[in-house]
Amino acid sequence: MTLTRRRTLGLLGASALAPASGFASPRLAYALVPIEIGDGVWMVEGSTDYFSMQNGGAIVNVTLLRGDSGLIVVDSGPSLRYGEALKTMALGLDIRGVSAVVNTHHHPDHFFGNQVFRDVPIHALGATQAAAFADGEAFADNMYRLLGDWMRGTEVVPPTAVVAGGDLVIDGRMFAALPLSGHTAADLALVDRATGNLIAGDLVFFNRAPTTPSADLDAWRASLDVLADTEASAIVPGHGPYDTVGASVAQTRAYLDWLEATLRQGARDGLGMVELMDLDPPAEFAGMGAMPQEFHRTVAHLYPGIETEILPLGN
Amino acid sequence: MGLKAGIFAAVLTMAGSAWALDDPQTKLADPMESGMWDYHQIDILGDPADIRFDDRVVVRGPVEAEDSLNVPLLVDASAIPDVKRIVVSADYGPIPHILTYYPETAEAKIALRFKIDQATAIRASVETHDGSWHVGSTYIDAAGGGCTAPAHAYASDDWEEHLGEVRGRLWAASGRARFIVDHPMDTGLADGIPVFIIEDLALETDAGVKLARIELSEPVNEDPAFTLYFAPGTLPASLHVRGRDNNGNEIDGLISQGSLN
Repeated sequence: MTLTRRRTLGLLGASALAPASGFASPRLAYALVPIEIGDGVWMVEGSTDYFSMQNGGAIVNVTLLRGDSGLIVVDSGPSLRYGEALKTMALGLDIRGVSAVVNTHHHPDHFFGNQVFRDVPIHALGATQAAAFADGEAFADNMYRLLGDWMRGTEVVPPTAVVAGGDLVIDGRMFAALPLSGHTAADLALVDRATGNLIAGDLVFFNRAPTTPSADLDAWRASLDVLADTEASAIVPGHGPYDTVGASVAQTRAYLDWLEATLRQGARDGLGMVELMDLDPPAEFAGMGAMPQEFHRTVAHLYPGIETEILPLGN
Repeated sequence: MGLKAGIFAAVLTMAGSAWALDDPQTKLADPMESGMWDYHQIDILGDPADIRFDDRVVVRGPVEAEDSLNVPLLVDASAIPDVKRIVVSADYGPIPHILTYYPETAEAKIALRFKIDQATAIRASVETHDGSWHVGSTYIDAAGGGCTAPAHAYASDDWEEHLGEVRGRLWAASGRARFIVDHPMDTGLADGIPVFIIEDLALETDAGVKLARIELSEPVNEDPAFTLYFAPGTLPASLHVRGRDNNGNEIDGLISQGSLN
């Protein structure tokens, strides 16, 4: 059964005829391709677009690392079906399959594949676990609306094992765990001791516009300071390509700085939200994936608060 | 024979009156094809005879509502002369009327935020002083639930201390007046929370002259936020934001060209 499914997925992924040609697909399927980024470490690179029926929500980067008894998966994807594809792909890399899961934070594209890995520990920060319980069902409603049949059967399975910062051993593999925040109230970044890869979660985006539905920009920048000091050999951003030169941290910071400056200036000029959305992002950000949609979303997330802060009280 | 003809005539008459009840007296081809427009044309606008869809009424919002409690909208009917009022409404939602804007001395243009309950066409219906109506539309997709969620204000226990606070400023050079009024704007649709909304807001001079005014309904967002637009260079140094909610609380704040925080 597993072999057949793997084979089918492999054929679909390899065939030039498959999804792009417009042939009716018998079943929506994710074609996940592992990229080796170190000895016993692989990354699955997500689309840099926003959630769509074309990409099935596979917009997130997933990292797989070889542990003592199987693969440690960092972030599990947007759906049950993605989790199944990930599990199948993992078996192709290591016949023992997945031994543990880590969720970097509680956004749905990072933990909605958990359902498939119920039989192994699912690690996360305590506040991430709490947020997954609190917001999970509302996220699920929205994901079903955005992705339709891609989400079929997906249930919210929050993380099961709480981790703290510092030295962390998962299935025999050594990590430095950095409990940070800013993208959300709890963002876990991991440095893989053996290879020096920094698995940054959504604290770092690369050539893809950062998302801000749960953001605290000051905390986020402070976390980027910490990440810049880790002297990692390379970075797996939450979204966007593998970064071997460390440009992604600086790019994320520059984007956040531009966002805040733009929103504050808008408030100082008396702009409404629609007028702000009309502004053209500078060239260095305009070409990022999911622009200008993410900028528009950010205006909705952050502008009301910034405006209230800037406009003087009149009574 | 005569009786049969009579019954036939009566049936015709009934059919005729049923048709008259459903259709507005001036039936329009709705560019949004949303299915509810005819009904709102009668119910919200009072079934005017002189009405048309008009591209000069520009209604702009996001393609998709990111926060269903805070959907931004910019309505610009400044290309239409002699505007008396602008009625902003949603085709689908438990309470269709959002607000009515009387620009008075201002331009026929307003920025606002509102709560959306589902994907819907949004309309701005502009009445001129001679009684003709001009309607503009946009469509906003939404996850929904904006009208039935309790206000954020109740997450803090000091919301009453901030009730009616006015924040804002005047920008004389660009002719803008922007202000935000602290208010939960309860729709009455959340369980156990009665309707509690600002009903009237106006920008007034020191002498009490209303330069522009707004009649608000339940779908206006919590902490209503507006930009009103005047001819550049015409605004005085300061203006009063005055109004009243349905519990009789008076709103009274002063916005000026002073410094920003």
